[in-house]
Amino acid sequence: MATEKSGGTAETVQLKDPILAAFLAWLIPGLGHLYQGRLTKAALFFVCIMGTFVYGLYLGSDEEVGWGRVVYASWRPDDRRYHYLCQIGVGLPAMPALIQAIRIRDGKKPFGSFMAPPPREEIPGAGRGVSLDAIHLRLARYFQLGELYTCVAGLLNVLAILDAWAGPVIVVGRDEKGDKKKAKDSEDTSDGAAEPAATP
Amino acid sequence: MIDPLLLAMAGPNDLWYTLPLVIAVSLVYAATRHEQTGLILRHAVETAARIAGFMLIVFVILWLITWWIR
Repeated sequence: MATEKSGGTAETVQLKDPILAAFLAWLIPGLGHLYQGRLTKAALFFVCIMGTFVYGLYLGSDEEVGWGRVVYASWRPDDRRYHYLCQIGVGLPAMPALIQAIRIRDGKKPFGSFMAPPPREEIPGAGRGVSLDAIHLRLARYFQLGELYTCVAGLLNVLAILDAWAGPVIVVGRDEKGDKKKAKDSEDTSDGAAEPAATP
Repeated sequence: MIDPLLLAMAGPNDLWYTLPLVIAVSLVYAATRHEQTGLILRHAVETAARIAGFMLIVFVILWLITWWIR
């Protein structure tokens, strides 16, 4: 449970099962908050995070190179995708990349080129689409922009997961002298910034 | 010689791609600090202004360096 005061009124936030909420928040941005009944924040997180992720996918896509090429999991020595550690933060929407990577590791044909690791050199009939060089050549800076957007979306969802798990972060206001303690005491009677007191 | 400031403002400007990011980051960051919509929006505007201000400072520093070394 977390409380927040504003304008002299206190609002209690029911966090329900924080672990389950955090898991749901990771699975789909906003789903954890929807489970907790925090509808406004659920909508905000879903629109902002999924919008950023989908726009990143769009920027890193093209009819020639295929769709969703900026999100893929690869641990080849010549193509380690550290980006995916950030992208997986959005949960289920980035999960096809993991499935595609596992299929390729096991020597199976991937489900199309969507989120499949691009080969170093194009392999006809392998179903992995064009090579990484061809993607960079075709998309140029839009590939990096797509990476940036999808990585930021994943990292933003980490903040949303923490919010679903523990409630809003405590904001301690400051008075003119920068005395945090004084400011915290004065917040009890003012309509300043939030002062949530979170308990599980 | 072409003024770097004019060069930066001419043509398709990739800086526009920062706008959706700044909006999304500000809103999500603010939403993890408040529960009420009014407070979230106020905090988001402040955060967006801080990010824009920081970018402006970096731009001015880079512009001055460019102006100085040319």
